[in-house]
Amino acid sequence: MTTTDFFNALAGGALIGLSAALLLVLNGRVAGISGIVNGAVEQAGIERLWRALFLAGLVLGALIYSRMVPDDFALRTELGWPVIAAAGFIVGIGTRMGSGCTSGHGVCGISRLSPRSIVATVTFMALGFTSTYVVRHMLALPI
Amino acid sequence: MTRTPVILVMAAVAGVVFGFGLALSEMINPRRVLAFLDVAGRWDPTLLFVMIGAIPVAAVGYAVTRRQSRPLFSERFFLPERRDIDARLLAGAALFGIGWGLAGYCPGPVVAMLSLQWQEPVVFIAAMLTGSQLYRGMTA
Repeated sequence: MTTTDFFNALAGGALIGLSAALLLVLNGRVAGISGIVNGAVEQAGIERLWRALFLAGLVLGALIYSRMVPDDFALRTELGWPVIAAAGFIVGIGTRMGSGCTSGHGVCGISRLSPRSIVATVTFMALGFTSTYVVRHMLALPI
Repeated sequence: MTRTPVILVMAAVAGVVFGFGLALSEMINPRRVLAFLDVAGRWDPTLLFVMIGAIPVAAVGYAVTRRQSRPLFSERFFLPERRDIDARLLAGAALFGIGWGLAGYCPGPVVAMLSLQWQEPVVFIAAMLTGSQLYRGMTA
């Protein structure tokens, strides 16, 4: 971790918090991305449209940054699609079952001191550490 | 009164800010995420500061809402009301953590990653939607 990495993480985090604050104060909505993705698929009319626009904005915001800072990091290409698909499938079930992900529980829920979100965040962090540990150090897979 | 066009513009603006933040903080880099989750390896604590940056700013937003009778452009707040801790929450969060630690993607970053490459995010998002819909179908 360099000093630049540290400030970028802090500033990037502040922007994520700002986005969550804007969505709530202006539109009354929680910036939980797993819920927004599900809603964009399942809802209709304006309920689908605002979520689709938020997600399009998510891509556009990252695209703007990548034009400002090209080749910020090397893209990963070595991880095979079966692992990616398995991980996505588990994340899909888990976020639906647990009603949220890093953004909804980790940022929005914790910032309003929701007991469910605090417990969920501690749980997914702990299992995230465990999962990476098992894959890298017990199974010694090159992930 | 609900002001539809403004709501849509603000949702897009919030999305852009969020996506820019994910890229700036490098939350969208799965290698960086896995380096953060790899506490037994060469641990990289950088991403801890994403939460440290995000939570106070979001908390200011919630503090503002306590002084509002309703959101600026919407008729009411849509907030989760539940406070109980049940097995479903714990099991769901646990599964999410396992998947997150496997590939280094969570839902926001993997969508934002579509700005840089197609292969990984398309496979991940398709599988994620499948898992989510499967669970929804089972519990419906």
